[in-house]
Amino acid sequence: MWKLSKKDFQKFVTAMIGSDQQVVGVQAKGDRFAFGPLEQSEDLRLDYDVTLLPPKKYVLPQVETLMTYKIGGDYQSEMASEKLILLGVHPYDLIAINQMDKLFSQDQYDNHYMARRKNITMIACDVVTPSQNVFASSMGTAVVTEGYDILITEIGDGYVLDAATDKGKALMKLAPDATEASQDDLAKRKAVQDKNRTQLNKHPLECKPSYLPKLLERAYDHPIWEEKARTCYSCGSCNTTCPTCYCFDVQDDVNWDLATGKRWRAWDGCLLENFATVAGNHNFRKQRESRFRHRLYRKAKYIPEKIGGEIACVGCGRCITACIPDIANPVAIYNALLEDIGME
Amino acid sequence: MCEGSGSQKDIYLPELATIRKKQKFTRLEMYYHVELDSEKELGHKAGQFVEVSIAGIGEAPISISSSPTQTGFELVVRNAGSVTNAIHNLDTGAKIGIRGPFGKGYPVDELKGKNIVFICGGLGLAPQRSFINYVLDNRDQYDDVEILLGTKCFEDRFYVDEITKWAQRSDVNFVETLDVGCDQWKGNVGVVTTIIPKVKTDLSKAHVLVCGPPIMYKFVLMSLAEAKVPKENIFVNLERRMKCGVGKCGHCQMNNQYVCQSGPVYRFSELGHVPEAI
Repeated sequence: MWKLSKKDFQKFVTAMIGSDQQVVGVQAKGDRFAFGPLEQSEDLRLDYDVTLLPPKKYVLPQVETLMTYKIGGDYQSEMASEKLILLGVHPYDLIAINQMDKLFSQDQYDNHYMARRKNITMIACDVVTPSQNVFASSMGTAVVTEGYDILITEIGDGYVLDAATDKGKALMKLAPDATEASQDDLAKRKAVQDKNRTQLNKHPLECKPSYLPKLLERAYDHPIWEEKARTCYSCGSCNTTCPTCYCFDVQDDVNWDLATGKRWRAWDGCLLENFATVAGNHNFRKQRESRFRHRLYRKAKYIPEKIGGEIACVGCGRCITACIPDIANPVAIYNALLEDIGME
Repeated sequence: MCEGSGSQKDIYLPELATIRKKQKFTRLEMYYHVELDSEKELGHKAGQFVEVSIAGIGEAPISISSSPTQTGFELVVRNAGSVTNAIHNLDTGAKIGIRGPFGKGYPVDELKGKNIVFICGGLGLAPQRSFINYVLDNRDQYDDVEILLGTKCFEDRFYVDEITKWAQRSDVNFVETLDVGCDQWKGNVGVVTTIIPKVKTDLSKAHVLVCGPPIMYKFVLMSLAEAKVPKENIFVNLERRMKCGVGKCGHCQMNNQYVCQSGPVYRFSELGHVPEAI
């Protein structure tokens, strides 16, 4: 464990920006925050509450070319090769990426996603300012223990840095001023994490997250889906702001020369009306409530079945903030179900 | 992070194939015989599908309509969207991209020695034909074989030469009906459920394979329930929007099932916890 003063940390960030890797960090965007290319260390805001979009856009970009081709065939894979330092990822967002690492590598190995993931040096940071809708404490995702190369924790006068991997340790060479963290520093770090374990909780879930699959097993025909979905715009904002949503669409584009083209994938959302429509215009999830329910079931039942029981909601609260009719809050739904049908 | 070799193949990259034969089947359906340019066999099982790519237009999932027992493979493509429309415009010799085969096919081995009843509606004949021809090529391995086929109208019938031969075989009970009759048609008229009583074998002991448009399942499954066919003995072949074919993109998901991986053929009894299936 290393310790850096705030001034030395800024020098460390400046050195990273000057390295051959692109640095992406959290910066102010109006009165909110967003991940973007970092040009100077002063712009980095590790005191942010939550970013507008999750950092998943660096492992699964909104639009990503999968291959190029000549019309008539001859397809060529297009793989991302740019190295990237991703600076300031909150624990809940990193846990979401850890889950996607499993989903994209298991069974059928998606080397587009995995190439991007491996090119990233992941620098996580513990939360300093809780956002208005965070409930990571309820989901057990307020603190992260794996998936990062370096984890930064702010402790008053400076930062404690946990360089957990070879990649992280190599990067620490850019911080020659780092000293070994003292027992006192580590105690302060633990205090920050312990506090976050309980305090990132604007919407307390009234059961353990591990109970949610069992709860949903008995809630499929509950009227809550129809009640909530009655005011749903099917806008998909809950999907696009979600760090664990990874559904995508695939499309082709012909270039201006009309002789070559590319195939790309882009974020898609199961709340959008035609997500499950097939040729002939038959929509297998035509009802809004069935699409609304599907999202919640993916988070707390279907995806957990694929990744060893982990709940695919990390409590970032972005869907709550993004939802205009205010129906997306997963905790409100789970708690209402708990109250109505109870625990078994 | 989960490790994996960077040299693994790109699961989204099609391989090139050539259209060797093309034939207009109906006003909407076209027949293709396809061979991979690698000269390898596709290696599919009856009931699987491929993703067909047209560079510049896109990709669409298409059932393989030929038995693994023949050379190359066949597709029957209905013109129903941008990709399938582009496929219709291709001529013999044209290149297409192929990914797959994907999905789980029919339980070919499990059904050996059993009485099998195929119930096909419309384009549902195409995927079923992959198994029908497998069974007919290995006729001695299966007991009674019966095929029920329902088509909307006379002009929509396809694989006509072949089904005429099925009708002539003494070791197959082939029954056909049209939803709407016409002067050229002397056979049964009515939806496919009206010919279920013409099955000769004891349905309650038979294995029944169903494929057709979404609305057909509801009524056929009701008829099969009345005929006391155990759910374990019914197999349905379901259509969904398989965009990626490899269980990632989410489009074909019905509840917790990715149809591109665990389907498109399902044992009906296993769909009890999949209310979105039918």
